[in-house]
Amino acid sequence: MTRRIRTYREVTDPAGEDVVAQVVAQRGRVDARLARIGRVVLVASGKGGVGKSAVTANLAAALAARGLAVGALDADLHGPSLARMLGARGPLLMGSNGVRPAAGAGGVRVMSMDLLLEADDAPVRWRGETADRGVLERSALRELLADTAWGELDALLVDLPPGTDRIERALELVPEPSVVLVVTTPSVAAGGVVARSLRALATAGAPVGLVANMSHFACPSCGEVEPLWSGDAVEDLARRTGTAVWAGIPFEPALAAETDAGRPPGGSSAGPPSPAGRAIDALAERVAGLPRRPGSGEAADP
Amino acid sequence: MKFLCVECDQVMEFSERTVPGDGTMAAVFRCPACAREMALLTNPMETRMVSDLGIRVGGRTVPAEPMELVRSTLETGGDAFAEDPPATPGTVRWSDPARERLQSVPSFVRGMVKRIYGEWAVERGIAEITPELMDRARAELGLEGM
Repeated sequence: MTRRIRTYREVTDPAGEDVVAQVVAQRGRVDARLARIGRVVLVASGKGGVGKSAVTANLAAALAARGLAVGALDADLHGPSLARMLGARGPLLMGSNGVRPAAGAGGVRVMSMDLLLEADDAPVRWRGETADRGVLERSALRELLADTAWGELDALLVDLPPGTDRIERALELVPEPSVVLVVTTPSVAAGGVVARSLRALATAGAPVGLVANMSHFACPSCGEVEPLWSGDAVEDLARRTGTAVWAGIPFEPALAAETDAGRPPGGSSAGPPSPAGRAIDALAERVAGLPRRPGSGEAADP
Repeated sequence: MKFLCVECDQVMEFSERTVPGDGTMAAVFRCPACAREMALLTNPMETRMVSDLGIRVGGRTVPAEPMELVRSTLETGGDAFAEDPPATPGTVRWSDPARERLQSVPSFVRGMVKRIYGEWAVERGIAEITPELMDRARAELGLEGM
């Protein structure tokens, strides 16, 4: 005679459910942080090398120059560069309410793996063998978001690593971003990869804005702006996918050099007006105009 | 994951956890009706999987520390974290032997361990931490290997 053993679902006793409680507590910590953040902007792309981090750093600086309390989270765990671009340095201070973010250009509050490494050129390496690198990375990113004492923020920019799967992971962590800025260049090859990201985002129902980075070349001598690519792949991509173009940022050597040196000029308010500065300013204005997330208060304690 | 005592049809309760230091883990569960015990033994890969999720089998004895997973698993992290000066009165001194013993704790968790001991001492009105008090705190807080 077969014994009747209760199934997993039939066993409803609370004992043994501590794992569920721990997962709920983890989610609660994320939600508690997000509740104090007015706008969460994911900066993403299916393609690498399109300038996501440079766009994030300059957008953060431009928002901060407008008087907003801004945070910048580098979600690229293995190729972090945002802290350097924002001129932020460690060590990080451990407070009772979490880890204090480092101060970057314009007072932007920065958290990045960069700040945790022993040297500028140290690779990110984890101890021991891990069964599933994705699980570890998800948890690490959750900690960087939830365990950083961001305080009240008007906007948190999250710089994602390349890859459509990374965008989907980020949406698990931040299910309702204010907007996902998808960065691309006018190259047809980049557009093809980015189209996949846009499709994934459409499926998820997330609000999206396209940012055409390096759309043109702004000559440092005469100020003339010339196309860098033949054709209009970004407009074509926008039309095909029904996505709005939020900004077209020309490549400007001076802006690139300043950003590399940890002094992102942000918008034109930080220096003489330039085509790239004006484009970043316009993008910042649009982001600042996004409605605050429901339940988030006005930033009060920078 | 649940453990059911088939004899008693009772959910077994978590009793204790042992981490021998070789990457494996033993978690003991006990039937509340007949007191029968069983041990869940996990290999290093399984132990790591649970750890990477930020989960403690059997529950937590102390609340999660900020960035505890990143701090404990990032091999290339140096002394990236400095202690924030305490915002509240009630500070605690460390005796030289206790300070010396603290040096044996790996640098990537030293700050966290120091803070846990410090908070434990402040809560009890203890002015100075000694190795003996560290033993007491470790037993009370269930800090194996710290």
